[in-house]
Amino acid sequence: MPELGADPARKSDPVTRAPTAIEKYGNAIFTAANYLFAWLTVLLVLYIVYTIASTAVPAIGKYGWGFVSGTKWDPNTREFGVLPEIWGTLYSSLLALVIGTLFGVAVAVFLSEHFLATIVFSVLKVFGVQFHSFWGNLPDRLESLLKNLVELLAAIPSVVYGLWGIYFIIPFIRPMCQWLNVKLGWIPLFSTTLSGPGMLPAGIVLSVMIMPTIAAISLNSLLAVPPKLRQAAYGLGATRWETILAVTLPTASKGIFGAVILAFGRALGETMALAMLVGNSNVISWSLFSPGNTLAALLANNFAEAGPGEIGVLMFAALILLSITLLVNVIGAFVLERASGQKGMQ
Amino acid sequence: MDQTRTTPGQTGQVAQQPIQIDMRLLAKSLRRPRSAFSFFMNGVVGLMTIIALVPLFSVIFMLLLRGGARLSLSVFTELPPSAFELGGGFGNAIAGTLVIVGIAALISVPFGIISGVFLAEVAPGSRLAHAVRMCAKLLTGFPSILAGVFAYGAVVLLTGGFSAVAGGIALSILMLPTVTLTAEEAIRMVPSKIREAAIGMGATRVQTVWMVLLPTAFPGVLTGIMLAVARAAGETAPLLFTALFSNYWLGSGGLDLMQPTASLAVLIYNFSAMPFENQVELAWAAALVLVLMVLTVNLIGQSLSRTRVD
Repeated sequence: MPELGADPARKSDPVTRAPTAIEKYGNAIFTAANYLFAWLTVLLVLYIVYTIASTAVPAIGKYGWGFVSGTKWDPNTREFGVLPEIWGTLYSSLLALVIGTLFGVAVAVFLSEHFLATIVFSVLKVFGVQFHSFWGNLPDRLESLLKNLVELLAAIPSVVYGLWGIYFIIPFIRPMCQWLNVKLGWIPLFSTTLSGPGMLPAGIVLSVMIMPTIAAISLNSLLAVPPKLRQAAYGLGATRWETILAVTLPTASKGIFGAVILAFGRALGETMALAMLVGNSNVISWSLFSPGNTLAALLANNFAEAGPGEIGVLMFAALILLSITLLVNVIGAFVLERASGQKGMQ
Repeated sequence: MDQTRTTPGQTGQVAQQPIQIDMRLLAKSLRRPRSAFSFFMNGVVGLMTIIALVPLFSVIFMLLLRGGARLSLSVFTELPPSAFELGGGFGNAIAGTLVIVGIAALISVPFGIISGVFLAEVAPGSRLAHAVRMCAKLLTGFPSILAGVFAYGAVVLLTGGFSAVAGGIALSILMLPTVTLTAEEAIRMVPSKIREAAIGMGATRVQTVWMVLLPTAFPGVLTGIMLAVARAAGETAPLLFTALFSNYWLGSGGLDLMQPTASLAVLIYNFSAMPFENQVELAWAAALVLVLMVLTVNLIGQSLSRTRVD
């Protein structure tokens, strides 16, 4: 019996036939399509920048630097300035970053040191079931559950956080804020009362939204710290926290720093929670309780009803937001790349 | 710190005798500042982790309490109420969200998968691939409102009106980088033996990709798509001035995708600031429905990738 495919000259052999013309052309077309879509991805980014910039050009020519330093936004008198918005964007993002970094790094340390598993294990030990086929898996399971819960925080849509901020955070922190204003009103941070929306509720909600990012990337870089370093520190007699503060965190600091910058970029561009919570008034104030505005919230509130003249101005504001976030994101990606590159070398 | 100093001191004084260490100094005791500090910091970090999770449970609790109370069959079938009207629902917003996300997926999924194939298979090390990866990463950190601004400039101004298509295009920009990068990652995870076996048998690149690589990498690619869909469904900012909002069913004047379309996210935003109790209740109910949708898609996507890793 002749083996199937033994004779390459037979074109009709189903196993070793040469590719048909259709398959060859299909291959060429597919490869071309691959290149096309790869180019399209790059062109898309350029086109986005071009669209926003070209629509903003008339406004840039008309208002110039006065737009960045102006403090009024009045479509009736055609006075436009975004200094309060730039101030509010940076203020709310930095506020969120401070809170979010504290909690994000704490969660990352808690997870990377396996605190929960240790506690659960010692509880199980009391009952003598730490190696039981079901209970023995409990520490690991609870730990991955905790990790998933933190990730779940990032999955909730920002508009839901905004709703939660209006009906939970603001009533919750208001008495505390009034008390701080009455007792410590001479400090610029507490110099106004919280009359509903304001920077502090916006910052708190924003920090909840960026905390999972910081926690996840910090956790990765903490887990990437070579175990030898940790063991060496323990071997020298360091306590757990001396090890964490003097060895683990400094070694992972580049990754954590990258995480913080990426989270900062996200906070700068976040829109809905801020549009709902920040108060939308053009005020520049040091006070945590004063209402304010951000670039993204300005766009969200004014774009839908904008007249033809206002579109260009709003596009100008969008261009400023785009340049700030692009800058921050590029720096963050660069820092993270260098951090992971160094780890690869060790 | 002091016991680390005294121990060498003791050994120096009694150099000839066997070293004697006071064992009590080595025992862990909370009276010592170092141990106490460590213990204290354990507590602080544990407490901060618990506080960090409070918002999650608080959001879920509020959603179930306030949204669950209003949830009934009629909210899925009725139209949004006007100012002083009672009752009503958000059936058109659910349909609108599905349509807009569907349009976004139709654009971004083929686009993303083909770019992913390019990155993983066609020219992984080329300069173009580096540029594409950089652009995809830039788009990941791209503020969602700017996707809306772009769609406004590129679609709404051109077609002359707010539409579901404009909203879908805005969302597809946000979905594209996730789909591209996860598709690349998933195709890379396919063992090189499988790829080499296909090439060794004389398969063309199209055959390798379509009959071997993509089916093997399918769960991973699907995870990326699910995560992107979950994110897009919850996005509000890009829809505010592209799809806008509508109080009517999408198909009321024939199925026209070029007219303003309602979505759950925009409904929540619009109703949250209204002074009417009925609208606020509906906003909570819509938020509950939206979160359930997003979390379901998210969890399915994550479980797919988990079975793949195991």
